[in-house]
Amino acid sequence: MSDTSRTDRPTVERRSPDKPSRVLRPTVERRSPDKPSRVLRPTVERRSPGKPSRVLRPTVERRSPAKALRRRIGIDVGGTNTDAVLLDGTRVVHAVKTPTTADVTTGITRALHDLLTDRTVTASHAADAGVTAVMIGTTHFTNAVVQRRDLTQVAAIRIGLPASASLPPFVDWPEDLAALVRGEVIMVEGGHEYDGRPIVPLDERGLRDAARRLRGRELTSAAVTSVFSPLNAECERRAAAILHEECPELAVTQSHELGRIGLLERENAALLNAALVDLARRTTRAFAEALRASGLAAPLYLTQNDGTVMLAATAEAFPVYSFASGPTNSMRGAAFLSGLADAIVIDVGGTTTDIGSLRHGFPREANNVVEVGGVRTLFRMPDLLSLGLGGGSLVQGDPPLVGPASVGYRLVEQGRVFGGATLTATDIAVAAGLVDLGDRRRVADLPVHHVKAAVARMHAAIEEGVDRMKTDARDEPLVAVGGGSFLVPGRLAGISEVVHVPHREVANAVGAAIAQVSGEVDQIFQNLSREEALAQARQIAEQRAVAAGAAAESLAVVEREDLPLAYLPGNSLRVRVRVVGDL
Amino acid sequence: MRRLYREGAVVSLMDPMDLADDDHVAVVSNMGAPLVGQERLTDPRTIARAVTMMEEYLGRQFRAIMSLEIGGGNAIQPFMAAALLGRPVVDADCMGRAFPEAQMTSFAIHDLPMFPLTLVDVRDNAVVVARAASWKWMERLSRTACVAVGSIAATCKAPRTGREVKECGILYSTTKAIRLGRTVQAARRAHEDPVAALVDSEHGRLLFTGKIADVARRTTEGFLRGTATVDGLGAFRGGRFELAFQNEFAVGWLDGTPCVTTPDLICVLDSVSGDAIGTETLRYGQRVSVVALPAPPVLLTPKGLEHVGPRAFGYDLDFTSVFA
Repeated sequence: MSDTSRTDRPTVERRSPDKPSRVLRPTVERRSPDKPSRVLRPTVERRSPGKPSRVLRPTVERRSPAKALRRRIGIDVGGTNTDAVLLDGTRVVHAVKTPTTADVTTGITRALHDLLTDRTVTASHAADAGVTAVMIGTTHFTNAVVQRRDLTQVAAIRIGLPASASLPPFVDWPEDLAALVRGEVIMVEGGHEYDGRPIVPLDERGLRDAARRLRGRELTSAAVTSVFSPLNAECERRAAAILHEECPELAVTQSHELGRIGLLERENAALLNAALVDLARRTTRAFAEALRASGLAAPLYLTQNDGTVMLAATAEAFPVYSFASGPTNSMRGAAFLSGLADAIVIDVGGTTTDIGSLRHGFPREANNVVEVGGVRTLFRMPDLLSLGLGGGSLVQGDPPLVGPASVGYRLVEQGRVFGGATLTATDIAVAAGLVDLGDRRRVADLPVHHVKAAVARMHAAIEEGVDRMKTDARDEPLVAVGGGSFLVPGRLAGISEVVHVPHREVANAVGAAIAQVSGEVDQIFQNLSREEALAQARQIAEQRAVAAGAAAESLAVVEREDLPLAYLPGNSLRVRVRVVGDL
Repeated sequence: MRRLYREGAVVSLMDPMDLADDDHVAVVSNMGAPLVGQERLTDPRTIARAVTMMEEYLGRQFRAIMSLEIGGGNAIQPFMAAALLGRPVVDADCMGRAFPEAQMTSFAIHDLPMFPLTLVDVRDNAVVVARAASWKWMERLSRTACVAVGSIAATCKAPRTGREVKECGILYSTTKAIRLGRTVQAARRAHEDPVAALVDSEHGRLLFTGKIADVARRTTEGFLRGTATVDGLGAFRGGRFELAFQNEFAVGWLDGTPCVTTPDLICVLDSVSGDAIGTETLRYGQRVSVVALPAPPVLLTPKGLEHVGPRAFGYDLDFTSVFA
């Protein structure tokens, strides 16, 4: 096996080493000569009657296979800036950066306007610039949880009594967040064993009584979690049906659609999701409205934590899936812009620096429990290290300390080189000659030793952070992206080369534009050989990916993990498989 | 347990030497698959019911409660039962760690009786194993009942007298576990190396530091068996350490030569945080330190080695302690 194809986990099979071509290189027309069929296959074949599941694909058909990847818009709606890029095939045609607005729509509309009216874009195309898909990534939903705003009260419904009664819903939540979200807690009998047997029969009457109570309380959102629902979702489905009968307007989140095994973490995901569905619906519709106002008819997708996308109409029911899409998009964008599939990525923003590890073109995921706003979850999230260091970090004291406080988006007013009075990391970089920004004369008075000490401190922090995220002893390349990437030193221990790429300041939006779709399964298989279990799991994952819009012939397994279960009879194997494919 | 404490529960820890010879002590543990415990969450009332059921069966009260094994969730189970039943927890267990099988206890090594045993589930199912022909039979009978109720059940093992605990138990292991946790936390707070702090305070030995390069697991006879390979980093760069496990780590080889075997306690720790990494949570790429901690003396006797030495795990190796 080549260096870059080492598997990332025990018995996890990632992309095979003979397909390095799946990471797209910018300005490279075709991925690889040995797999032309993937790109050049005629359209008719793609619609063969033997693939009925493909009805779920985006409603706008591709005009020709060669355009499958052409003319996509990627948008990143961040807390400070809304970035947009137009990709033609693998070429970045144009990129713009505009301030995010409170209503989101205005910012996106402005970004799209700037993008679509640029001469390079309109030169040879119609009003919609021939765009076939628009992908939006946003940190809106994470921010709502972290900042405790725009959250909806939720009815938490747990099915599993008499089991798990000791730890009711919200038990491990921060009290301030629980107080905002906890509308009602209902626990009823039901649920399943690990092998699919019922624990006790579902208490339908109790559920119906509870549903009637909810009607009186005028709650709009509910989260239903049943014990072992990832294996048998019958109880959750039945509960949702009863709730809909009694409260037709209620939005019901079912935990088995969100999570893996791990009751509390899956329930937390369902509760957070239920708390965000109203906001998600509003936001998604604002996105769609912005598209319509810009004259774009292309389908709208939202990017997910794992670097893939979902149709906006589907995604608005699952806001938790886009929690970590910001860092994921920047890492995927870095992979795309650099042409590297395996590398460390550092994204230096205005206030923080995120460091992650790319494996086969995707971010390496965090091992275990991920906390969002203080709530334990099991989301698929990139394994990231965040440092309080960015272009706007304050530089104070002697010897100088850098960050974690930052002027953030006010850098362009308050930074010294921009005419302000605050000494920032950017000012130090200008004084040290690392970048040419603003008015260099305004930092000419800084003592050389002071500048050197501040630069040394920043470089040391970055070097240590990069080392902590490295999981391979060998030297690896480092891709530097983000507006503050000039802070990254040219040489680091354990790094073979520091790669600066064009359009690095909009890597996020580029990552959104190139997103794929995925399907995942995480399930216990019994009385099957390991090979049979893996094959079954792969089939389920592929069906799910196709249902999400993937082209069946483009599917590839990106993760495969199997874990024999101690103590369980019947040769039990827990299998997790994830496949991705092109839209 | 945190919830019980928040609700005002108080549990006192009892010095085993304060037990009268004829006191009765309950030995408790949750039995089953760790994965099932992630969905069917542990419930203090179930473990308490296993204890009261044993009391009803015996017709006498327990003075105190102790842990079967001071590893994983079972270190906490006696505290849950104790909180609900208002009894103290004895500062002891009978493994001095965690072992996968029923006969791998200091009580078994001392040939104490293995029955009766009570087993209850969260519904209203309960089983008494009144007699068993051997420790292995006890393992087989109770394991069968456990699987039938969903591979998770609370058990109260054969009761012990105060004298048996004092003579045959692994004493002061609860305070030792608390001390280990505090050492790691203190080192983290002080931004010191938690692994080094642990090795230092427990007279252990750092055997290897590196990155997990491979993990192979398989289920045989109801256990999780497998191997893990660690590639050296830092001072161990270029070296390779292999670990074999059956639920717990059993043997370690350094560059192909046996280096450490059970019952020396083989611990795999996250090199940065000092958190313990169990055999089910090993993952490729983790940066780990392999540490050996000394075993309780009873496990090092010829009889002890019969029960828990490398041959009890199927390795044709003689036990040589890294601390010898």
